[in-house]
Amino acid sequence: MAETTRPKMMRPDDRRYAETHEWIKPDGDTMIIGITDFAVRELSSGNEGDLVYCDLPEIGRVLKAGETFGEIESVKAVADLNSPVAGEVVEINTSIEEHLEVLSKDPWKEGWLVRIKPDAKSLDKLMDVKAYEAFLAGAKH
Amino acid sequence: MTQTIDPDTGAVRTASKDMAQDKHQHGVLSQALFPQDRFETRHIGPDERETAHMLSALGYKTLDALTDAAVPPDIRMQRALTTPAARSERDALAEVAALAAQNQVWRSYLGLGYHDCVMPPVVQRNVLENPNWYTQYTPYQPEISQGRLEALLNFQTMVRDLTGMEIANASMLDEGTAAAEAMSLALDVAKDKSVHAFFIAADCHPQTIDVVRQRALPLDIEIIVGDPMTFDFKAVKVFGALVQYPSTDGVVRDFHGFCARAHESGATVTVAADLLALCLLESPGHMGADIAVGNSQRFGVPLGYGGPHAAYFATKDAFKRSLPGRLVGVSVDKRGKRALRLALQTREQHIRREKATSNICTAQVLLAVIAGAYGVYHGPHGLRRIAQRVHHLTAVLAEGLRRENKRVRPGLFFDTLRVDMSAAEIARVRAAAESRRINLRAYDDGVGIALDETVSARDVAELLSIFTGRKLEASDVEALGRETKPLEFGDLSRATPYLEHPVFNTHHSESEMMRYLQMLAGRDLSLTTSMIPLGSCTMKLNAAAEMLPITLPGFGRIHPFAPPAQATGYKQLFTDLETWLAEITGFHAVSLQPNAGSAGEYAGLQVIRAYHRERGQKQRDVCLIPHSAHGTNPASAIMAGMKVVVVDCDDHGNVDMDDLKRQVEAHKQDLAALMITYPSTHGVFEATVKEICSLVHAHGGQVYMDGANMNAQVGLTRPGDIGADVCHLNLHKTFCIPHGGGGPGMGPIGVAQHLAAFLPGNPLIKTGGAHAIGAISSAPWGSASILPISWMYIAMMGPDGLKKATQTAILNANYVAKRLSPHYPILYTGAFGLVAHECIIDCRPLKAGGVEVEDIAKRLMDYGFHAPTMSFPVAGTLMIEPTESESLAELDRFCEAMISIRAEAKRVETGAIDAKDNPLKNAPHTMDVVCATEWNHPYSREEAAFPAAWTRERKFWPTTARIDNAWGDRNLMCSCPPPEAYK
Repeated sequence: MAETTRPKMMRPDDRRYAETHEWIKPDGDTMIIGITDFAVRELSSGNEGDLVYCDLPEIGRVLKAGETFGEIESVKAVADLNSPVAGEVVEINTSIEEHLEVLSKDPWKEGWLVRIKPDAKSLDKLMDVKAYEAFLAGAKH
Repeated sequence: MTQTIDPDTGAVRTASKDMAQDKHQHGVLSQALFPQDRFETRHIGPDERETAHMLSALGYKTLDALTDAAVPPDIRMQRALTTPAARSERDALAEVAALAAQNQVWRSYLGLGYHDCVMPPVVQRNVLENPNWYTQYTPYQPEISQGRLEALLNFQTMVRDLTGMEIANASMLDEGTAAAEAMSLALDVAKDKSVHAFFIAADCHPQTIDVVRQRALPLDIEIIVGDPMTFDFKAVKVFGALVQYPSTDGVVRDFHGFCARAHESGATVTVAADLLALCLLESPGHMGADIAVGNSQRFGVPLGYGGPHAAYFATKDAFKRSLPGRLVGVSVDKRGKRALRLALQTREQHIRREKATSNICTAQVLLAVIAGAYGVYHGPHGLRRIAQRVHHLTAVLAEGLRRENKRVRPGLFFDTLRVDMSAAEIARVRAAAESRRINLRAYDDGVGIALDETVSARDVAELLSIFTGRKLEASDVEALGRETKPLEFGDLSRATPYLEHPVFNTHHSESEMMRYLQMLAGRDLSLTTSMIPLGSCTMKLNAAAEMLPITLPGFGRIHPFAPPAQATGYKQLFTDLETWLAEITGFHAVSLQPNAGSAGEYAGLQVIRAYHRERGQKQRDVCLIPHSAHGTNPASAIMAGMKVVVVDCDDHGNVDMDDLKRQVEAHKQDLAALMITYPSTHGVFEATVKEICSLVHAHGGQVYMDGANMNAQVGLTRPGDIGADVCHLNLHKTFCIPHGGGGPGMGPIGVAQHLAAFLPGNPLIKTGGAHAIGAISSAPWGSASILPISWMYIAMMGPDGLKKATQTAILNANYVAKRLSPHYPILYTGAFGLVAHECIIDCRPLKAGGVEVEDIAKRLMDYGFHAPTMSFPVAGTLMIEPTESESLAELDRFCEAMISIRAEAKRVETGAIDAKDNPLKNAPHTMDVVCATEWNHPYSREEAAFPAAWTRERKFWPTTARIDNAWGDRNLMCSCPPPEAYK
């Protein structure tokens, strides 16, 4: 289905986006990472109950930019979770595992996944919301 | 008189209905005038008239004309196959029975994980010999598979209870591969990834050690074989350890301390355990094991010269996401009722591909069902009694030997003894055993004796006679028995209860058991109901005549490690089959060892790896795999230590030649192999296949052909002629071994001459090539006892019949494509708009009305059909493979169901019926829903349950409404739920 035929959900412009459909948002000295509404929908084919499992990293794990830190599964699909930037995991959203439906309702705030202490502050290499939406429109999905 | 069309010339001729009678009238009398019934006409669904009708619908005059158009000319075989001429069912049965009779059924006390046993006749007749059980496919459509899912849940529960673990899967191929999978799991969950060594106790079964060793080789895992009692985990770092319980020579050891020491050093422990011994001994779980594996053969499954048998795999809940293979779990359906389905499928190769926990797909479902049924029939008390009896007889044997001053090795035993002897004594005892047609296990310094369920006091008397040279009677043994007590196992004496669930404590009379098995079978749709048009699965006829030989004692009661001289009938059968399969595939040699297609892939890639290494090209480790490949391919490549590089496909579903050229060029230094399915997974004869093979060869690679679609090749073209170097054959697809609800399978590989030397061996029985790689399966010829099925098929079809089967498979697929094309777009076609033996129909246009491909699949159940393959290789599509065994009437019935469903979808699309509350979204409709007092849907009950005329005469009722898969994965339960859940 083309991106344009889907109901619009406002994507926040206070953060940056990766081509692998993670978002990352600065929050003081740390940054929080989640996945986009598009990623959630691709995984669950629109059926919010279909997300079944999320594997998050141990606190203290040091990640390289682009490194896979976990996995998220629906009944029929599985996707890697990748860190858009390098840093150390300082907190994970432990409540998410029992309540994956949150990701369908609010992937932007309540559905955050991990908080990292980044090696560097810059997010310039990542897309802003406009670029991400153009990326979605351009990619064949 | 009827009009027929000559299949060769296309000429219409008038012929008598009864050719024999017709010729008889001409006065020519000879044997040839009274031909016996031809099996070919029974196996192939459409008769001449139907064939002509379908050909005419497609615009072709003859089958050959259709074949010429569909199959690229440059790969066509220019001669007939040279397999022997067709034999009638009667003649072939007589011949195969003669082969069985050549095998000598000796008493085998060899052990090694295989024991003679008693298959309860009620299970033999109602399961093993019952097409309602053996013709089912893997339960991917759970609403019409609740019977076998429950039978498998019983197996999982039984294994979990006996092993004392937390979760067990629905079977593995054999004990050796289960142990190898345990090593993979241990590596996967290991915290310290720098440790790359694995410990194996020296007294594990030798074939298990060999299979694990071979699996470790390409993964650079160091195997350390040693004494578990003295192994120092602190001095030598390992990520896991494997021990045998009881050991291969019978010793029962307490592994409590071993597990504790392993855990302290961060290693996991796998215990390969004998399920019958666990009825008396404390479980691996109790001792602290992390994984338990083993063979469930002695729970009612014949020895079969090595298989098929269901191995088991059980582990801790914490490792469930690393578990290999299929797992049955409990969920709920739309009505909120308990319903079973396959759980945690994201672990598996069809979703996770190269990141899968294993490449295993087809397992040993039918055998797991039998082993589970054995547990249900005997129950905990019955099993304990069997175990006690075997153990007591062993104790009596030990006592009798000791009284004669024989040196029985000290220590605890369950059913296996080892006696130390001088060379002269060994020779005398073995000669005496042989004269009585008894097999004992040979050691350099003695002999081993493993007893089993079938052993009587008379057998023990005979054994004692062999050792003492004096004639003893059963009464002597009975007297000895009164003086001999079973061993005290102390801390290892089983205190933990098992099989407490009601299912194991209810069906102990034959009437109860028969009805229980019948109830389960009635919940499942099998080939006894209707065609199962699963693409890529080749659900053809599993003829009764093909199945009859497998229960002959001459095939069933031979121990896999019996001396080959006792299995000359098997040897002839293997030679025939290897010769025929080599001819059919155009290869030089065949290995019958791999137990499934996935095992064949792994074996073939290992052979390729060995070949490159032999030539000093060890850097060749890249495996090119087209994007459209089965998930097993990349999973197998990883297991064989290769790196997967994906090749793009073009819009027609063919390999993108430009991308392939780029990839082979980029990897000319390290290209090991290309894996390709032919015809392609899109169901098309790719015209460029020869060029693809040449390109790979020119860049130093080998071509591995996935034989999943071989049913479109037999007699028309050959993998060897196309340019492949290795190909596996799914005997459970093309060569009629039934799917058994998800196994057994067989995946022999054929190889070109330059690879023959590397075909897999076995540590105990000489087999394979001159530079054989290690064992792929525990048994030297895999699941030998089901090979007569494929032998019978090839023998009864003859070369012409085999070719005609392929041509009819292509005809049937094209006919279905043609009939459905006005209603569903056909996604891929080759030359002249033709498909091969299967077609993909596009269901995505139905999404406009909100109808998903899954809705079509579930609605087909209301029409009495199993869905085609869903969303592979393209999401939102159905892949239909009718096979040659379906008649025109059955094909038409299926097409009418699909067309009728399309019309239903149209009504949703146009708004004539509610988008959410309609027959498609609510499918399947169960009897209780349709018959309920309340009916609040905008369509009638009649539309719900009787959507086509035939459903009034032959209604198949799904027993479960649409299942909530996610609920089950979020609330994982993989053993029988407590009784209150049944209410």
